[in-house]
Amino acid sequence: MRFLLNLSFRYKVPLWGSLLIVGTAAIISTTLLLRSYGELKSDLLRDATTQGRTMATTLFPAILHDQVWRTYEIIKAPFNRDSGESPVQAESFVVLDQRGQVYVSTSPEALPMLADFRQLAPDFAALAEAIAQPGRDTRVLEPDESDHLFVATPIREEEAHLGTLVQIYSKKVLHSRFQKSAEQAALTAVLVIVLLLPLGWYWGQRTAVPLVRLTERMEELGRRLPDNLAPELYDYQDELGRLYRAYNRMLQDLRGKAEIERQMIHSERLAAIGKLTAGIAHEINNPLLGMLTALNTLRHHGEPGPRTLKTLTLLERGLMQIKDTVGALLVEAKVKSRDLSPQDVEDVRTLIEPQARERGVSLHWDSRLTAPLPLPSTSVRQVLINLLLNAVQASVPGGEVRVSIAPITTVASANAGTSLSIEVVNGGQILTDMQTAHLFEPFANDDERGRGLGLWVCYQIARQLGGDIAVASEMVDGLGRTSFKVTVPIGAPQ
Amino acid sequence: MKLTRRTFLGTCAVLAMTPPQPAFAAKPLRVGMTPAFLHTQHGLLAEWRDYMESRLKRPVEIVQRDSYRETMDLLRQEQLDVSWICTYPYVYLKKQLRLVAVPLYQSQPYYRAYLIVSAKNPQIKEMSQLRGKVFAYADPYSCTGHLFPRYQLRKMGEDPAKFFAKTFFTYSHNKLIEAVADGLAHGGSVDSYVWDSLQALKPEITRRTLLVSQSPEFGFPPIVARRTLSEAEFSAVQKMLVMMRNDPQGSALLQRLNLNGFIQGRPNLYDGVAEMMRAFGEG
Repeated sequence: MRFLLNLSFRYKVPLWGSLLIVGTAAIISTTLLLRSYGELKSDLLRDATTQGRTMATTLFPAILHDQVWRTYEIIKAPFNRDSGESPVQAESFVVLDQRGQVYVSTSPEALPMLADFRQLAPDFAALAEAIAQPGRDTRVLEPDESDHLFVATPIREEEAHLGTLVQIYSKKVLHSRFQKSAEQAALTAVLVIVLLLPLGWYWGQRTAVPLVRLTERMEELGRRLPDNLAPELYDYQDELGRLYRAYNRMLQDLRGKAEIERQMIHSERLAAIGKLTAGIAHEINNPLLGMLTALNTLRHHGEPGPRTLKTLTLLERGLMQIKDTVGALLVEAKVKSRDLSPQDVEDVRTLIEPQARERGVSLHWDSRLTAPLPLPSTSVRQVLINLLLNAVQASVPGGEVRVSIAPITTVASANAGTSLSIEVVNGGQILTDMQTAHLFEPFANDDERGRGLGLWVCYQIARQLGGDIAVASEMVDGLGRTSFKVTVPIGAPQ
Repeated sequence: MKLTRRTFLGTCAVLAMTPPQPAFAAKPLRVGMTPAFLHTQHGLLAEWRDYMESRLKRPVEIVQRDSYRETMDLLRQEQLDVSWICTYPYVYLKKQLRLVAVPLYQSQPYYRAYLIVSAKNPQIKEMSQLRGKVFAYADPYSCTGHLFPRYQLRKMGEDPAKFFAKTFFTYSHNKLIEAVADGLAHGGSVDSYVWDSLQALKPEITRRTLLVSQSPEFGFPPIVARRTLSEAEFSAVQKMLVMMRNDPQGSALLQRLNLNGFIQGRPNLYDGVAEMMRAFGEG
């Protein structure tokens, strides 16, 4: 039983449905059958009683005149008709005389003339006793443990009693007719079931399959975010349909939440790296400056020989390289600088164009700046230059780099106000997921083209200016498209 | 007894006379039939009547009764002109009747009594084994169906009234065969002509009976006329019957009756029956 209850709805629902159909068919068939059996029996007894009374009237004169053959013909007549006229053919009729002897019967071999009825069969003895009771009416006798039904009619006119007509019916005939009806009912029930079962099964499947799909996805929830459920799988307004829609909504919320989490982790990591880098850079910078000063003093006051001078120069170059690197890491966006003017943007364009030409990349420039903006021009130029250099390098020869610079107004509650939007788009290979994940970290793309600090600088500047930088790299119409979009609020508290 | 079913098996023959005067023509010849003969051949009976009418040139009326007794009464009351009756009634009423013709059965004017038993009782081989059993008689006035078996018992030194446990009459040889076949009676005595004819027509009935013994020959049930019938009418009927075998239509009818023809016959054919009757103090 437990096993049945543990079954999947996919089987349980159709099974229960089928069970209901089969059960209903069985109950209805049984009820009808029992009823028809009862009717069959009462019909039989009514017919038999009528027949017995009619026959007894005709038998009286024949027996009175001791006309055996005539009596035989009268009781034999119903047996000569085609069977089927009466629902159940009698087994035999027997006429008993007053002493209980067989006067004549329709089965002379089994119930011969003159035989003592009581001794002919075990169930006849009790019957004969019941018949011997005085009475005028036809009686139906159904002795226990007998597989026969008896209908006994006295043959009498007024006070003259000549004997009894006994009609004997085998219950087997009744049973076999019942069996025939039962077989017919069973056949009908089977037909009904054959017609209904596929319907029930189909209905069960329609309910169970969506449930099963839903369950499978819910079970995945702990491990990963499952796919959406296709709405066409169950597009109705009942509870299941509502469950589907609720599930899809919940999934959408979870995805949003996961995305936010991912971004938070990312920016936290970047912030930590930034802090660490800045700390280390400061720690290095202080002794470095001391060392450089010491070197300078040694060069001018120490009277070094040519060999020592050469060594000093070597040391100075090395220390200067360290200073440059540390300086690059120490991004300082909020240095005092004049406001960004449209000319600054044009300067950058002039600066980049030769490099673009060299690589055979065309620049598509779209600057909407018309007046100076209260943003540090040096930092913005640095961002723009870095992004453009990256874009030109990532482009394939003959490709195009598109630049859009425009002040925009956002109405979103969080960042309401005006921002500067810088977007740089290039073709070529798109970024891998791994690349995207570590894009803004220092030395992330340390290769022959540079130390990979460009984007780190851009990120640091954008963040320090209260803005953000977003990257999108995807295939569009079979071509790679990578865009960096920097948004910096204008006039935001600094 | 008034509502007895009209299932006469019998047919008997009769005839008529050729009326010399047209005045005669209007009066039908009344021909009685007893159930000595086969089943319900009403069609055959009607055809025979038509045949008689065409040969005698006068109407013929067939009169059927259930028992020999009733036909005998009609003859005695001269309500029948001619009748086919059993041997026993003929001898019984010999003084009032004239023998018209005797049928030829298997080319002989004779028939016999067959003692038959149910096929379920093959152990019964002779009359003595039927002691204390149920026995079926045909008609109280039947020679083969009543007179002979009693005569046989009498000769065995038995009392026919006590020999059997129970006897009953079927009033027809056909029904008697049926009664024995069904096992209602253990045995019965039947007209050989009826049994043989039934065996040819409905062997499924006779197959359920066994032929145990045969009686000596008796004169075949004759066709008789009342003594008061005019000589002319008597001759006409006699001639018609005797001539039947000579014309195709008559032959066809005879064939269906399972007979070969009619001859004039002589009353002493029936002396054997008269002797049996004397044994019972009759005749």
